[in-house]
Amino acid sequence: MKNNFPIIFFSSFFQVIGIFIISFLILHLLPGDPIQVMLGESASLSDQVKLRAELGLDRPIYKQIFNSFSQIMHGDFGNSILTGVPIKEQIVIAMKNTYILALMALCIAITFGITGGVVAAKYRGSFLDKIIINSSLFFISIPHFFLGPLLMLCLSIWLGWLPISGMESPLSIVLPALTLSLGMLAIIIKMTRNCMIEIVDSDTVRTARAKGMQEWSITINHVFRLVLIPLITIIGMQFGSLLSGAIITETLFSWNGLGMLLVNSIQMRDYPITQACIFVIAISYVLVNLFTEILYKIVDPRMRDI
Amino acid sequence: MKKLVLFVGFFWAIGITIKLFSGFDSNQMIFDEILIQPNFSSWLGRDDYGRDIFHRLIDGFLNSFEIILIVTFISSFVGVLIGVISGYFGGKLDQFIRYITTLFMAFPGILLAIAFAAILSPGKFNLIFALSIGGWVGYARLARAQTVLIKNLDFVKASETMGSSHKTIIINHILPSLKTPLIVEGTYAIAGLIIAEASLSFIGLGLQAPMASWGGMMRDSVRFLLVSPHYALFVGLSIMSLVYCINFFGDYFNHKWDIKNNED
Repeated sequence: MKNNFPIIFFSSFFQVIGIFIISFLILHLLPGDPIQVMLGESASLSDQVKLRAELGLDRPIYKQIFNSFSQIMHGDFGNSILTGVPIKEQIVIAMKNTYILALMALCIAITFGITGGVVAAKYRGSFLDKIIINSSLFFISIPHFFLGPLLMLCLSIWLGWLPISGMESPLSIVLPALTLSLGMLAIIIKMTRNCMIEIVDSDTVRTARAKGMQEWSITINHVFRLVLIPLITIIGMQFGSLLSGAIITETLFSWNGLGMLLVNSIQMRDYPITQACIFVIAISYVLVNLFTEILYKIVDPRMRDI
Repeated sequence: MKKLVLFVGFFWAIGITIKLFSGFDSNQMIFDEILIQPNFSSWLGRDDYGRDIFHRLIDGFLNSFEIILIVTFISSFVGVLIGVISGYFGGKLDQFIRYITTLFMAFPGILLAIAFAAILSPGKFNLIFALSIGGWVGYARLARAQTVLIKNLDFVKASETMGSSHKTIIINHILPSLKTPLIVEGTYAIAGLIIAEASLSFIGLGLQAPMASWGGMMRDSVRFLLVSPHYALFVGLSIMSLVYCINFFGDYFNHKWDIKNNED
């Protein structure tokens, strides 16, 4: 049996290195002198020299790369230019908030997506099926920055059920999580429904029925297991859009996560934070992809030999 | 669904015709009519500076579409070039290009565009650059997969035996076969680009203030959600309906040519 886990790990490791180099080199793409851009034209020469030494920009580039790589491996992202606070603290808080939001959205999407898909497939062609399919078509093409205001308008302003933004009350998470999850939910519904319909008509299920298995047992042991395989791929792939959607959603709802930190740092021209955010978001994406690929092989025994 | 697509197409056609013939100025402000509701003189109401929302939507549409067409052209050209070379010649070069594409795919969605747009100063040219940087990867993967598929077919082998040069084979056999999958991919990519461009403008990295852009209008409108929800609704609906229609065309082409996804 050929095992290709080393290849998967190697490719992820390569991606991590690549992400590091790209997010490192981005600072060198700044038109003109990065120090002057960050401090402004009027900064005094001594301040410029100090910041240059602090960021290590006065050393040759290969030394800078190695130096900041070993720093990041130790979890040290340097200090913020504006406030002087270590970036690590901010990143850790922001990461926690973003992951809570993303997990919440993922839970909503998976729970309701699979349920909706199974129901739609079971009652294929019925009125309920049509409602589910058409509303999921609507949610697939709605961008986050419109769905967010729309939900705000309906659930907070008109109905007054939920807080409009911020993260003071525990209910605050509902709106951003819904905004993030609805697109993914729609895709999961569509996927589950189509797979279910395909599998229910397949030979496997016909054989199981012929053996006299009970309907619920067929659904759980045969149909659901086969549906799970494409679902894992789709969920893993969609996680990327969840992360990039979080950038917009967090800005919209003032949710104190990685996306808002990123956008704020861009507006404040605090480039070390920008770098750190891009690095952390991309790394999470790579890790989720790696995890998906491993899970995929565990769930589908046919994939283990390839 | 077809009716909706027709309606949206008709709507924008009217808008652009009005723009062409009357040549209105979308930056014209009427301070007495700030955030006014839709009426006969301003069809969709006015925004927080008293500018006509309908006029600004059309200008935003034209601005965005100019950028998106250029980005699509650049990224499909670069992507196809790289993909065909990588798929046709194979070997070490192919390996290298595949590593590069995996690397670019490590950045989810618009993160790469955000990174580049953030570092370069905001503006039309830099926006095009930032969007193209991540855009070519999809085309390259598609072109590579298709090239590998066609390269091993008998008629290409026959042409090779008859002594055709690489250039002849690529131009006469491989590029024509790429046409239909590329149109489908391009249509979906344009829909994605509309959202990406609007997202960048939404977080303040796109076209700058006096120029109309859909993302920027969306950002402004959210601040006035409480007083004038129609502003956000109209901007959002126009983005959504356009994306929906373009996806509809994508599905239509996909269905018409029955393209199977055979990447890798």
